[in-house]
Amino acid sequence: MAHSVLSDWIYLPAQTPPSLLLNYFSFFPLKSNQIFLISFLTFSPSKQSLLYKMLSCGAGSGGCSKDMAVELGDEPHVLAVDDNLIDRKLVERLLKNSSCKVTTAENALRALDYLGLGNDTLEGTVSEVNMIITDYCMPGMTGYELLKKIKESSVLKEVPVVIMSSENIPTRISQCLEEGAKMFMLKPLKQSDVKQLKWHLMKCRN
Amino acid sequence: MDLVQLQRQFVDYKTSLYHEGFLDEQFTQLQELQDENNPDFVVEVVSLFFEDSERLLNELARALEQQNIDYKRIDAHVHQLKGSSSSIGAQRVQKVCIAFRNYCEEQNVEGCLKCLQQVRHEYSLVKTKLESLFQLEQQILTAGGSFPM
Repeated sequence: MAHSVLSDWIYLPAQTPPSLLLNYFSFFPLKSNQIFLISFLTFSPSKQSLLYKMLSCGAGSGGCSKDMAVELGDEPHVLAVDDNLIDRKLVERLLKNSSCKVTTAENALRALDYLGLGNDTLEGTVSEVNMIITDYCMPGMTGYELLKKIKESSVLKEVPVVIMSSENIPTRISQCLEEGAKMFMLKPLKQSDVKQLKWHLMKCRN
Repeated sequence: MDLVQLQRQFVDYKTSLYHEGFLDEQFTQLQELQDENNPDFVVEVVSLFFEDSERLLNELARALEQQNIDYKRIDAHVHQLKGSSSSIGAQRVQKVCIAFRNYCEEQNVEGCLKCLQQVRHEYSLVKTKLESLFQLEQQILTAGGSFPM
C-alpha cells in the first residue's frame, strides 16, 4: 500500500482499508498521531470512529486485540452476482439481514469490472470486498469461470468465493470446491444458509 | 366483515394455498424476511416475479413460433422461470418448468408447446391467488389489524 513519508509525517491514502490501517498503527509509534489528525478528516466517519477505537486500545504500541479485528469485520462487504433479478433481490435481503453491506452485479463481466479485474474498470473506483457469492449458471461467463479469474488474481485470490446453484450436481460441486470455492450452496437460499455463511466468513477473517 | 373474521379468512386462505401446492416453504422464508424496516418486501419481490414471468412467457411463445426453433434459447428462458418461481415458492409453476426443460432437451416441439400452455395456466392461477392474498392482507391492515397475527 503506497504511502509517503516526509520527515516525521506519514500520509495514507483515504481509500486505505481498515485492515491495513491496523498494520500501519502497529508499525509506527504513537508519536505520529498528530500527523494522523490531519489526514483523519479525509476518512469516512465510520473509519474515523474505528481509528479512534484503535488508538485508545493501544494499537500504536504494536498490539491489537482480537475484538478489534472482529469489529473491523462487523459489516462485511459482499458482492453478489446473479443474472436473475428475483434471486438478486432475495440474496441482497438475506445478506443485509445478516448485517452485511451488499453490492449486486447482474453478470460475471460486471462483477470483474467492480472488482478491478475487468477491461472497463475506472481508475480509483475499486472497492474492497470481503466475500463474493455468485450463481453458477450465468450467460456469457459462468460462476465457475468467474471463480477461476478471481483465484488467478494476486490481489483477490484470498477473497472467499461462494457458488450457488439450483442444480445439485456432485461433479459441479467438487469442480468448484477444487478450484477454491469456499462453499457451494443450493438455491433457493434461506436465512439459515446465509447465517451459516456469515459465521464461516467471520471465522476465516480471525 | 369484522377484523377477527377477516383474519380467520386470511389464515384459512393462506393454509389452502400451501395445501394445494401453490406455495411452498420458500414463500414462508420471504415473509420472514419482511420486517418494520422492509414492510413491503414480499409484495415487491412477488411483483418483480410477475413482471419477469410475463416477459419470459412472451419470449417463450415467440421462440416456439419460429421456423427453426432455438431450443437452447428456450431452455435458458425456462431455466430463468424455474429459478424465480422456486425462489418465491411458486411450487406448481416450478414443477411444470422441470417438465418443460426435459422436452427442450429432447427437442420435442409438441411437448414444449403443451408445457408452455401448462405453465401459463399455473402462472395465472398463482398470480390470481397471490393477488387475493395481498388484498386480504390490505383489508386487515385497513381494519386496524397487524402482522404477524
